[in-house]
Amino acid sequence: MSTVTDATPRTGAVHQESRPAGTALAGTGTLFLFALRRDRVRLPVWVLAVVFLTLSTVQKATDMAPDDPDKAADMVKTLSGPAMLAMTGPEHYLSHFTPASMLSLLMLGYGAILAGLMSVLTVVRHTRADEESNIAELVRSGVVGRHATLTAALATAATANVVLGLLLAGTLPAAGLDGATAGGAVLYGAALTVIGLVLAGVAAVTVQLSAHTRAASGLALSVLGAAYALRAAGDVGTEAVSWLSPIGWIQRAYPFADNRWWPLLPALALAVGTAAAGYVLSTRRDVGAGLLPPRQGSPGASAALSHPLGFAVRLHRGLFVGFGAALLLLGAMYGSLLGDVDDMLKDLDDIREALAETGGSLVESFASMVMLVVVVVASLFVVMAALRLRSEETAGRVESLLATGLSRSRWVGSHLVAALVGGTLVLLLGALGLGLAGAASTGDGSLATQLVGGGLAYAPALWVTGGFAVLLFGWAPRATAFAWAVPVYGFVVGYLGKLLDLPAWLNNFSPFGHVPQLPAEEMRWTPMVLLTLVAAALVAAGLAGFRARDLETK
Amino acid sequence: MNASITATRSAAPATTAISVSGLVKTFGRTRALDGLDLEVATGEVHGFLGPNGAGKSTTLRILLGLLRADTGTARLLGADPWHDAVALHRRLAYVPGDVELWPNLTGGEAIDLLARLRGGLDPKKRAELIERFDLDPTKKGRSYSKGNRQKVAIIAALASDAELLLLDEPTAGLDPLMEVVFQDVIVQAKAQGRTVLLSSHILSQVEKLCDRVSIVRLGKIVQSGTLGEMRHLTRTTIEAEIDLPGTSAGASSEVAGLADLPGVHDLVTEGDRVRFAVDGAHLDAAVRRLSGLGLRSLVSHPPTLEELMLRHYGDELSERGHAPSGPGPNAPGTSDPAAAAQGGSAAAQLPDQAGQSTDSATEGGSR
Repeated sequence: MSTVTDATPRTGAVHQESRPAGTALAGTGTLFLFALRRDRVRLPVWVLAVVFLTLSTVQKATDMAPDDPDKAADMVKTLSGPAMLAMTGPEHYLSHFTPASMLSLLMLGYGAILAGLMSVLTVVRHTRADEESNIAELVRSGVVGRHATLTAALATAATANVVLGLLLAGTLPAAGLDGATAGGAVLYGAALTVIGLVLAGVAAVTVQLSAHTRAASGLALSVLGAAYALRAAGDVGTEAVSWLSPIGWIQRAYPFADNRWWPLLPALALAVGTAAAGYVLSTRRDVGAGLLPPRQGSPGASAALSHPLGFAVRLHRGLFVGFGAALLLLGAMYGSLLGDVDDMLKDLDDIREALAETGGSLVESFASMVMLVVVVVASLFVVMAALRLRSEETAGRVESLLATGLSRSRWVGSHLVAALVGGTLVLLLGALGLGLAGAASTGDGSLATQLVGGGLAYAPALWVTGGFAVLLFGWAPRATAFAWAVPVYGFVVGYLGKLLDLPAWLNNFSPFGHVPQLPAEEMRWTPMVLLTLVAAALVAAGLAGFRARDLETK
Repeated sequence: MNASITATRSAAPATTAISVSGLVKTFGRTRALDGLDLEVATGEVHGFLGPNGAGKSTTLRILLGLLRADTGTARLLGADPWHDAVALHRRLAYVPGDVELWPNLTGGEAIDLLARLRGGLDPKKRAELIERFDLDPTKKGRSYSKGNRQKVAIIAALASDAELLLLDEPTAGLDPLMEVVFQDVIVQAKAQGRTVLLSSHILSQVEKLCDRVSIVRLGKIVQSGTLGEMRHLTRTTIEAEIDLPGTSAGASSEVAGLADLPGVHDLVTEGDRVRFAVDGAHLDAAVRRLSGLGLRSLVSHPPTLEELMLRHYGDELSERGHAPSGPGPNAPGTSDPAAAAQGGSAAAQLPDQAGQSTDSATEGGSR
């Protein structure tokens, strides 16, 4: 029989025999090329961004491993601090103290996060997102096999990760990095490719679980976050914990140090295993459905939810929790560095000079400077929350609300309270993290209250940021994106400006530039009062504009 | 006393729920409303008809104070929709044509939120409507289909005791079973004395529910009145079988003579069958002529709402390359010629204005 069919490939028998393998993957090639076309801008930007980010740290890595033995010893001491190890990688890199090895220590963990993020978003976009928007239904009704979409999505993510690995392998040896061998560069690239594949596999599983795009990518990204947290915990404490994390595995390939390949093998196995699990799970569900049952909600609204403010709080809750947790962590991370500031900055003359301009002790001025980072992140929350007004309007959800007994002012007011009070609380959390961790790492208990006070001093400036967003919403609703200019300008002028020697008067245009930088500076009340008045005026003007304009409807 | 009230009601609405005149609204270069006038009497169900982009939603949004008219006046329940928006909104309920819900709120939560912001809802009625519309209130907004989102807004609006309902194509996306439930619920609301402004392009819905109809085109009302009145301003299709002895030349010329009568159009003769369309004003004369030809059977099609619409939009269709279908042979509903003829004479006295409803006019169109 088989000889017959081999000889006459056009018989029906061949058709039937080839069906099981062939039909499940029918259309994969077309879908893969189509996915590449859809991502023809997105994926190159991702890949190039990771490559450039890595190459841009070559200078920093070189500074980190100085030739002078005394300086090198100091640097090793700084880098082996627990806070530094939590942010970088395993301490073993320091025993191969070359610039190339420092680049691996610094960037492999962050590179893994970026490659993982790229993989998750790519796989989810070409599978679950298409299913949720009903595109998949149309595609699957064509000559497309059961496994074609998942295969095409995985192939797209794999292509991006392989290209990323190849580019890094090719460019790192040529980047003027001491100790960057060709073999090490290939290993470095391969490590990132493999971790990207692992996360693609993880996403292949999570898209089967939930019927919703956001939940599917959220699940996969929390696996990525857990992997990073585990390796951080292991690198600071018991190394065995790091071996629970695929990021821990690839960091233990030690590119440019030990150059060993075998830690990539379990990662590769995990990638294949998770992808295989994704295929198996996908056969157990319907198109458009998830394996996890959809959660049921409350059949009625609570009294709190029926109040405009309660409703606004509910809408902003997720964003608030996310920013609050992130700022607490960010503050704690910076705070834990405060104890080592004197050592860390010994050799970085630029930063020392920049800090000296502020006055106060080195620790105090460093704290004031990182406080600005906390403030800028908090102001991102304020802008996002205030612009919720606009996104609710353009999504067409305000029409039904404003057709009830809810007035325009109360509606704006409820969101504004959520944005401004929420922003102040988020700022407080960041300052608290900075203050508590700072007090612990320096052993100076008074630093806690000083830094919390210093953070709260920025509250009126945050309100101005929110007020500006409301002003745009009222008078120039199509230009609300300009509200982002305030945090961006504030960061560039206030934070980078000192390093780049920008003229100080540029700070006058930033609300953050008028805030006394506690604890390095003395408290001044006049700017606080003025900023609060400006914020109130901006809100009032924005509200007047909104009350006089047409609601934008679909 | 009683009689005088009836008399005033028939001459002009006793109270006006909505009164709009000369409304103009432009968006950039687009003139969405171009001098729109609209009167809705208290307690009536008023159909607001027109295709997409005619200005229906813009009018409703001005009535809600969401948009501000460029010129013209609008009064809603005796107040100004822009300045007294919030006070008015407590007395009315609105269902948008495209309901958007919050993705992380359940349908039940959205119903309560919308209704309580308006001033409360009747929990019994809410439960009854959820049951009748077969809605699962525990699902999150993001997982509802278009039809289910629409149900959420309908239930939120109807579970309240609002005296005025503004409905903007409320049943778009609902299945036919739910459409029946909706019509039932609107009939109930009308029985409770509520006023309804129903924007729609589902003509059967309007035919069933509405006391009066306004047709809007390019931001203007082109016709307004009861369906009965409107029907007599358009052509009726007549199909007759006549007794032609042999194929005498005299009989043929008699039939041909029909074509020369004023108001008769599109005359077609196939053997002993004759079909033509006739203007309402000339129906009487045409039927008289037919009866002289040995009439064996007679079928008349009053114009459907579809034909009424096409009359106002026919030129637009032909511009786009579709032949405007005149009073077609597929029109549903027949009426006996006597009633139609009677209505025809009444219509002849009717100028192109609403409000002068006569018994015969309503009767003629109700079949």
